[in-house]
Amino acid sequence: MTPVQQTSPAVPATAAGTPAARGRALTKVYGRGDTRVTALDAVDVDFRHGEFTAIMGPSGSGKSTLMHCMAGLDSLTSGSAWIGDTELSALDDRGLTRLRRDRIGFVFQAFNLLPTLTALENITLPMDIAGRTPDAAWLDSVVDAVGLRSRLGHRPAELSGGQQQRVACARALAGRPQVVFADEPTGNLDSRSGASVLSFLRTSVREMGQTVVMVTHDPAAASYADRVLFLADGRIVDEMAAPTAERVLDRMKAFDAAGRIVEVG
Amino acid sequence: MRRATLRSLLAHKLRLALSAVAIVLGVAFVAGTMIFTDTLDRTFTDLFESTASDVAVTPEGGAEGIDGPAGTLSVPGTLVGQVRAVDGVAAAEGYVQAQGVYLLTPAGEVLDTGGAPGIGISWTSAPGLDTGELTAGRAPERAGEVALDSGSAEEAGYAVGDRVTLLTPGPRVEATVVGVFTFGEDGGLAGASLTAFDVATAQQLTGVGDGFSGIQVAAAEDVSHDELADRVVAAVGDGYTVQTAQQQADEQSAALEEGLSFITVLLTAFAVIALFVGSFIILNTFSMLVAQRTRELALLRALGAGRGQVTRSVLLEAVVLGVVGATVGLAGGFGIATGLRALFGTFGLTLDGDLVLSADTVVWSYAVGVLVTVLAAWVPARRAARTPPVAAMRDDHVAVERSLRRRTAFGVALVAVAAGALAGSVAAGDSGHAPALVGVGGLALVLGAVALSPVLARPVVRVLGAPLPRLAGTAGRLARDNAQRNPRRTAATASALMVGLTLVTGFGVLGASANASVDALVDDTVRADYVVSTAVGQPFTPEVADRLRQLPEVDAVLQQRFTQVRVDGQSTFAAAVDATTLDRGLALEYVAGGSDGLAGRGLLVDETTAAERGWEVGDTVAAESAGGQPTELTVGGVYAANQAVGSMVLSLDTDAALGGPALDRYVYVVLADGTDAAAARAALETVVDAYPVVGLKDRDEFAGEQKAQVDQVLLLINALLVLSVLIAVLGIVNTLAMSVLERTREIGLLRAVGMDRRQLRRTVRLEAVLISVYGAVLGLGLGLVLGVGLTRALADQGITELVVPGGQLAGFLVLGALIGVVAAVWPARRAARLQVLDAIATA
Repeated sequence: MTPVQQTSPAVPATAAGTPAARGRALTKVYGRGDTRVTALDAVDVDFRHGEFTAIMGPSGSGKSTLMHCMAGLDSLTSGSAWIGDTELSALDDRGLTRLRRDRIGFVFQAFNLLPTLTALENITLPMDIAGRTPDAAWLDSVVDAVGLRSRLGHRPAELSGGQQQRVACARALAGRPQVVFADEPTGNLDSRSGASVLSFLRTSVREMGQTVVMVTHDPAAASYADRVLFLADGRIVDEMAAPTAERVLDRMKAFDAAGRIVEVG
Repeated sequence: MRRATLRSLLAHKLRLALSAVAIVLGVAFVAGTMIFTDTLDRTFTDLFESTASDVAVTPEGGAEGIDGPAGTLSVPGTLVGQVRAVDGVAAAEGYVQAQGVYLLTPAGEVLDTGGAPGIGISWTSAPGLDTGELTAGRAPERAGEVALDSGSAEEAGYAVGDRVTLLTPGPRVEATVVGVFTFGEDGGLAGASLTAFDVATAQQLTGVGDGFSGIQVAAAEDVSHDELADRVVAAVGDGYTVQTAQQQADEQSAALEEGLSFITVLLTAFAVIALFVGSFIILNTFSMLVAQRTRELALLRALGAGRGQVTRSVLLEAVVLGVVGATVGLAGGFGIATGLRALFGTFGLTLDGDLVLSADTVVWSYAVGVLVTVLAAWVPARRAARTPPVAAMRDDHVAVERSLRRRTAFGVALVAVAAGALAGSVAAGDSGHAPALVGVGGLALVLGAVALSPVLARPVVRVLGAPLPRLAGTAGRLARDNAQRNPRRTAATASALMVGLTLVTGFGVLGASANASVDALVDDTVRADYVVSTAVGQPFTPEVADRLRQLPEVDAVLQQRFTQVRVDGQSTFAAAVDATTLDRGLALEYVAGGSDGLAGRGLLVDETTAAERGWEVGDTVAAESAGGQPTELTVGGVYAANQAVGSMVLSLDTDAALGGPALDRYVYVVLADGTDAAAARAALETVVDAYPVVGLKDRDEFAGEQKAQVDQVLLLINALLVLSVLIAVLGIVNTLAMSVLERTREIGLLRAVGMDRRQLRRTVRLEAVLISVYGAVLGLGLGLVLGVGLTRALADQGITELVVPGGQLAGFLVLGALIGVVAAVWPARRAARLQVLDAIATA
């Protein structure tokens, strides 16, 4: 991966100590009566500036719901989520849309790019939607960082899966968002392509000061993060700093062995 | 399988209803046209079968019945005796029938016939030849007695014994009502009013001398009508038309249908457009349904359903949809036929009785509705059957874009045919083949355009959409790109508007050119200050011209009549005018000789006719007509073709000598120099007001009156534009709904990365506008080509000017854009309402 020149701070200055994003008593309930499912159960969580957080957990643990609620894609049943100082529940659809457009970056598992637009057009899409001119120098450094300069004029169909995900990462970073949310960004990639996407995300945190929250079920992917949160049954059940793939894997096995009801401090 | 099919139908009610609408419209047009034509047919067949004599003898070329020009042709009175002498004739009577006889109400106004003619007839009473059935009083027997048809008598409030005033082509007539009668089974004559006189009075009033309009023959019991007709032909010789009752009825309804054929053609054209677009909408809908149900169908296949079963299950849905659509369409057809009947009622053609629903109509409606639906669903049904069972476990399915090469070749070939035909029509010039060639060329052009439209869609939409990214940013760019993504779909969606606007633009150009030609004709040809005529070109009494001539404000009066004569063995219409005042009233451009060539038994002919017949100034030609003496005419002048007088001009004297009736069609009035315009008009009006059927028009009013007829036809065509717009909207709504569905994940992504609902709606809206403007642009282009071709082809029919109604065409373009905006409302709202998370999660 090309070294990144730190041309300007990636994150707008915010009051010291305020997390890039935080949630308090996050609760999400689907359905009612017999079909009632509690996806999130009073979760408190902070995502600190310049930190790469991985959220892990078995299927149905609520990890995707947590990300969706934090990113303004889904509404909470109760509790509050903030991006910086902005409380999401106070925003209407247009406010949420603006927030996603200007302050959040997204990388999805698949279908990240519009097929009719070129790679470069996909990268600048949120800014184009906002009618803003991208910061050329910053855009340059992002493009170089993902190593796609030669493929900017290609359409998604002409790019490999790994290249498509790197374009998605570049788009997520191009607007210098407060937080990048990545939902299983390597879920559809082979391990080599996945590694390059993950290294890029880590580089963006280390060298550009970006804040990244990633949902994954892959211990190897989680090992790129600074911190791993483990979810089970809608609650955060564990947290691990400086994770390695082996330690994460071991921790996950413990869930399975205990039938998902292990409680850890 | 059947239960699965019905469940699926019910589950997609809204979308199916939408796709059925186009089928309903198409079937409604087919059914409406058929019901109306049948009703027309029945009404006239009934009328003629109940009123026509067994065999009728009429002057050749004059068998135009009640709607024909009055008093132009007649059979000599002596012929009646000849016919009576034929073996098998039970009775034969001459009859007189002429238009321009109007009843005045007690208030002194002309009885309103709603535009239908006022007809004067002679009363015939002989076994089998009774004119009508008397319901009160007796038949008129002498001058000063009339019988009225029951409808008119009732409307005006007259009864036997009342004194009435009648306007006739000759003088005003005061008479006593001696009888009231019914005509035909329905007691009326499609709205017309009938006044019956005794034979001598009728002959005198209508100016046929001792001749008749025709001879009615009743057959003896032992002879068939056909056989009798043959015998009568043998007896009367050439120069007469002899028809049986059946032939008269057939000819009447054929003539009527031909007169209305442009309406039938237009309705059929719209039926075809509706069904074409409808079939596409259905194809789209079923493709969507099949795509949505890929897993479901694959599961069925995996569980052991055969391909045939899957195909049949989809086709069964189509059959149900087709039957429902055809049923509703049939009902709609009744509505259309009712509307047409009402429309014709306002033009004075009253169709009594119920609408006729024939078995043919029902069979065709269902055949068309079901066949189109099933054929349209065939492709998706086959695709459904090819769903591999493994698709139940996969979530990706790829649409392969087929090559456009065959379409391109086919379309180019059609356009080449069209270009050849259109070039040929220009080359054909006056030969009379030009309109047919334009017709063939036009059809080939439209079909070629339909075939080529998908090929043109990408480049044209790219150009049309070029300014969008600058004007509307990302929404604009996405709209432009999306409109180019599936050129087949874009083209098919735009086709309704394309075909509709082609027709309307073509006729718009033709109509504007026709109107400009009228203006040019009046400007260049009419020198007179005023024109006096009836609204529909019926003949009227020469008293009007006589009284106008006596006014001090009037310097010159030119009378113009039309007559049918056989010149040099060929029957033709000729104008008869005052030889002395021709140049004062009308400006003809003489190529040889001049207006003084009319003197004596002179004849003026137009250039084309002179060239065709090989006549030159000084040549003598033989002329004869049914009612008068054969005469030698001398060609005294050749003029450039002119619509105001037609191909030949005679003097009034010559016309009278040939037996032409003394009735004017137009009277041109030239005011004396220095007359005060307002005072002159007032003076003229006092004269004209005494004749309620004629009107006084200055040059502008005269031109306006001529143009009004063109405008009326254009209005009808524009009404059909509304229908094509409706169909276009349906097509666009359906296509966009499908696109929105297919692009759910894209929409989810756009919303996730920050596109708000307003921008999303704008994206969908701009895409719709691009598609509809694409259709409008193609339609305008094709319509221009057709309109110009048609106008040039009709140049010798008097459409001498070529005018492109620019403002109107710009209006159509704006309309195209508006259609897009309207059609996008629902799909755009649907797209904007998608929940971001659901959209992203959609497989």
